Amino acid sequence: MPADPSPHRVARVQALTAALKDHILVLDGAMGTMIQPHKLDEAGYRGIRFAAHAKVVKGNNDLLTLSQPTIILDIHRAYLEAGADIVETNTFSSTRIAQADYGMESLAYELNLEGAKLARKACDEYTNKTPGKPRFVAGAIGPTNRTASISPDVNDPAFRNVTFDELRAAFREQAEGLVAGGADLLLVETIIDTLNAKAALFAIDEFFEASGLRLPVMISGTITDQSGRLLSGQTPEAFWNSLRHVKPLSIGFNCALGAAQFRPYVAELSRVADALISAYPNAGLPNAFGEYDELPHTTAGHIGAWAKDGLVNIVGGCCGTTPDHIKAICESVAGVVPRKIPKQPVKMRLSGLEPFSLAS
Amino acid sequence: MTEGIAAASGEALVPAEELAAKVATATFVNIGERTNVTGSAKFKKLILAGNFEAALDVARQQVESGAQIIDINMDEAMLDSEAAMVKFLNLIAAEPDISRVPVMIDSSKWSVIEAGLKCVQGKPIVNSISMKEGEAAFIAQAKKVRRYGAAVVVMAFDEKGQADTEERKVEICTKSYKILTEKVGFPPEDIIFDPNIFAVATGIEEHNNYAIDFINATRRIKQTLPHAHISGGVSNISFSFRGNEQVREAMHAVFLYHAIKAGMDMGIVNAGQLAIYEDIPAELKERAEDVILNRRSDATDRLLEIADKYKAGAGAARAVDLSWRGADVNKRLAHALVNGITDYIDADTEEARAAAEARGGRPLDVIEGPLMDGMNVVGDLFGAGKMFLPQVVKSARVMKKSVAYLIPYIEAEKIRNAALGIVDASKNNGKILMATVKGDVHDIGKNIVGVVLQCNNYEVIDLGVMVSCAKILETAREVKADIIGLSGLITPSLDEMAYVAREMEREGFAVPLMIGGATTSKIHTAVKIAPGYDKATVYVPDASRAVGVAGNLMSAQNRDAYTTEVKADYARMREAHARQQQGKKRQALAAARANRVKIDWSARLPEKPRALSAGGALTIFADYDLAELTRTIDWTPFFQTWELAGKYPEILTDALVGQTALNLYNDAQAMLQRLVSEKWVTARAVIGFWPASSIGDDIEVYADDKRSKVLATLHSLRQQMIRDGAKSFDRANMALADFIAPKDSGSADYIGAFAITTGIGLEKKVAEFERDHDDYNAIMVKALADRLAEAFAERMHQRVRKEFWGYAADEKLGNEELIAEKYRGIRPAPGYPASPDHTEKALLWKLLDAEKNAGMTLTESFAMWPAASVSGFYFAHPEAAYFGVGKIERDQVEDYARRKGMTVAEVERWLASSLNYETPAVKI
Repeated sequence: MPADPSPHRVARVQALTAALKDHILVLDGAMGTMIQPHKLDEAGYRGIRFAAHAKVVKGNNDLLTLSQPTIILDIHRAYLEAGADIVETNTFSSTRIAQADYGMESLAYELNLEGAKLARKACDEYTNKTPGKPRFVAGAIGPTNRTASISPDVNDPAFRNVTFDELRAAFREQAEGLVAGGADLLLVETIIDTLNAKAALFAIDEFFEASGLRLPVMISGTITDQSGRLLSGQTPEAFWNSLRHVKPLSIGFNCALGAAQFRPYVAELSRVADALISAYPNAGLPNAFGEYDELPHTTAGHIGAWAKDGLVNIVGGCCGTTPDHIKAICESVAGVVPRKIPKQPVKMRLSGLEPFSLAS
Repeated sequence: MTEGIAAASGEALVPAEELAAKVATATFVNIGERTNVTGSAKFKKLILAGNFEAALDVARQQVESGAQIIDINMDEAMLDSEAAMVKFLNLIAAEPDISRVPVMIDSSKWSVIEAGLKCVQGKPIVNSISMKEGEAAFIAQAKKVRRYGAAVVVMAFDEKGQADTEERKVEICTKSYKILTEKVGFPPEDIIFDPNIFAVATGIEEHNNYAIDFINATRRIKQTLPHAHISGGVSNISFSFRGNEQVREAMHAVFLYHAIKAGMDMGIVNAGQLAIYEDIPAELKERAEDVILNRRSDATDRLLEIADKYKAGAGAARAVDLSWRGADVNKRLAHALVNGITDYIDADTEEARAAAEARGGRPLDVIEGPLMDGMNVVGDLFGAGKMFLPQVVKSARVMKKSVAYLIPYIEAEKIRNAALGIVDASKNNGKILMATVKGDVHDIGKNIVGVVLQCNNYEVIDLGVMVSCAKILETAREVKADIIGLSGLITPSLDEMAYVAREMEREGFAVPLMIGGATTSKIHTAVKIAPGYDKATVYVPDASRAVGVAGNLMSAQNRDAYTTEVKADYARMREAHARQQQGKKRQALAAARANRVKIDWSARLPEKPRALSAGGALTIFADYDLAELTRTIDWTPFFQTWELAGKYPEILTDALVGQTALNLYNDAQAMLQRLVSEKWVTARAVIGFWPASSIGDDIEVYADDKRSKVLATLHSLRQQMIRDGAKSFDRANMALADFIAPKDSGSADYIGAFAITTGIGLEKKVAEFERDHDDYNAIMVKALADRLAEAFAERMHQRVRKEFWGYAADEKLGNEELIAEKYRGIRPAPGYPASPDHTEKALLWKLLDAEKNAGMTLTESFAMWPAASVSGFYFAHPEAAYFGVGKIERDQVEDYARRKGMTVAEVERWLASSLNYETPAVKI
């Protein structure tokens, strides 16, 4: 087994699992909301290194890891200051596939490596400040901008613009960068198509096996609307059945909905899953201007209620949430006993869009 | 089927009594079987026709009628199974009313399973893996299944074969379970065992206990292997009662009643057709139960006794039923024809003839009356897919025997009539002239088409094989043929057919031309043959289509419309083809050569063939042991010859063609025994090995290790496809020469060659059968000789690897693996995809002196005679692999012509079907 590029990681992972037994952990909030106030223009996104890049890169938030690292570092610090236990790396779109829009495929590995290093640096600072509250880096893995089980062409439903193997290769590269940069766990998030997630988890499992180092993996899907299903059509239980084989640290939902709409889906997962439950909603639904305006105590109020009802283990915020939201969430779950993983009867659990199980 | 069985949570809530029995606690999951090309003829037809939309409807209906999981199988020789699986699963993903249920990805090929696993977001079941290929492969596949997040069906199958007894079933499942749970970390609840349901009541005593073996094994597995599930293909159990649905349903219900009690919790069933245990008539239930539970030694006979009472439709049970002998003679003749029974044909024919005579009729009345009526029934059943080719050929044998009996009477009548000045008017459907074209010796397919046409009252004039164009046209004029049919198997025959077509045009023929044979195709006919002949030119894909085509061409009403339609269709195909050609650009030969297979020749020393070290280049086998060859026959192509699609041995239990295939197989085995014991044919062979080097795309073959005297220079062709697709970008542009060490590499390499035949003496036997009007056995013996030749080639290759070359002396492979070519080294044949030029056989013959040493000759088109022959070269390098050269460009043709000392036009003629460009049409 090759030496772990990040010293003390094994100890940190142990500390993470110990902390989860004891209390509810809090993830950070939105990255985009925190970048906006900097009002970066095209030149701002490019920085010095990419001044001559051929394509427009404004909006490529992940690129800021390389072109404006201090901005990202400071955002991590702001969330840690607010009380977050886990910060997500700025790598949501740092795959070869998602970066293709900007002509930056070749940067994929570096974006992840450096993204993880920045989060690592911020977390280590705060762990040193408050050794009793260790902080953890979650390597964020987004869904990419393509789907493996939905055709982009309505006239040709059998067509796919990305294959499982292409996704698998892209996610492998991303996972390698994140782990090399010092991530403590990986977070496959905002899953709109379970097949993409299966490709990511397949790649991660292969990588773990090859490297000999296994890290915890969090999985978080996205219920698109009140239909209660993923964009690709699966119900929460079907989604869990599809991914249960990877024995994740946690399963949960994030994005798309506000905390008010979130509860039934979180509750359903909480009922069926024998893993920890995570939930990090948006700051409400967007208003008429596309902005999120739910106040921190409103979001925190919902989340606090879930916690008291024993539904969750890890909470946090997604689009529109700020350090103030995270601070309020931390307060709302402080001292609340985390959900216990229920023992599920042994059954063969299959799924299509809907779950199917057969008792043994 | 019950509605609403899946509750909101998808829990399997179907109480078993709704399906089969009143067992309150058990649940039984039924898996839809209709989206399986090996199980559903309808689905197969839709998929083969590319009608995926209608195929989706089949899936939808299954879900609507209560299937909780749908089994999807695309294992069909004519399909790109991986592509079909991917396409179908992708389409299902867009249909929420189908994709709401889990899928079972079903294939005997791992690559198809894996392709399927990459397309489903849900958690599917893989069907199946087993220890058939040993523990290592099993573990590797199980790990992958786990990583893709699927459950798995494990067949009770190991290296020794499929488990049939209770002990073996339990033993293999237990071992698999231990490996899966202990070594792979597979969750036991995701393991589904299929302990093999085999047919009972087959008349073979050893089969009587199969149901009990399954049920007992199920009980023990459920008791000893916690959380595992049991599944199986239920309809196999009643296979011997094919055609008697009521008896079959009763057997299924009884079987399930006991199997579910023992713990079977899933099954592939046609849920809509399941009897309710309680509703089965008492007598039938008791006797079916006797059979299933093997309760008495006469159980099968007793069920047979009453089976007819419950028979709804056509078809037949096992027992020999002679009740038809009591009917009147016309009905007896019809029965004999439909069922292919020759036992009473002479007596019945005589009775019908005598009756006609007594009425003042003629012997011909027997043919035009009862015989044609019977054959019409056969034709209709065949056309409707209710009879299969082997049965039709047997029917034809009955017909021919009957006609042969009548001929002396007809001749006598003719003589009488001639004396009286009466002219006879023939009343058949038309006269068809058939021939295998010049240079080609293959005629099994043509003979089958001839038989089928005769069955449909066409007069067939068969000119045999290697028939020159002149002879075909001369005979056609002489006999006033209504249609000419051309056949051929090897690629140069395609060119010969195009030539015949142009000659027909030049000589002003007007009769339609039918084209058929293994390498012919609709596109080739449209692009290369039809343009040469202005009249109707029609491609006939197989024997079953021949009648329809001939019927249209002979019908005064349809003929013009049909011809116009075919012409328009072919014109469209030509245009599409031309458009496609522009899209399929090839790369320049120089670039393709730069992307040759790169082998590090310094890495290993080529093994010198042992036979060569022992002295002689050539080893001759004057009379090889036939019995040894019968053991390694690959039967799947044998069934293809008879137009029965499916893989052996599964085809023998196929729901649709299983009975026909089994009868055919039994006939073949019986004949094979006689063929060997009475030595109908002699197997001869010659093999040789020589020092060799590659120079560019050529291979120099040397007389001895001094490597100075060149015996022959072989020429290989290189792939020119552009390697930039996602799938193949890292593949080389291969040529066979790549697998031999280059002259300047300093590595002393070798090449081998072989020519083998099992056709010597065959003609005599064929002639005997034909004299006896027995096309069935005439075709059978040829098909068997072909299989023996392939088995001989495979066996010889094995011995070459282990003994004569000896580079794989310790190779140990079973027959299945041999058929799957899981060994080192290849034996490509000139004229086949890796080296499409048939003329290279001339060099092969020169090296081996195959005419003298094996009694084999070459025709002017380089077809081998006897037809049951195989020849080729041996390449030993571990990287040597089969490939298809595909289409090549003019630059390579010019280069190749220079290397071979041929003109470009000659090369273009021999490689006509490999060219990626149009040659100027030869206009006459």
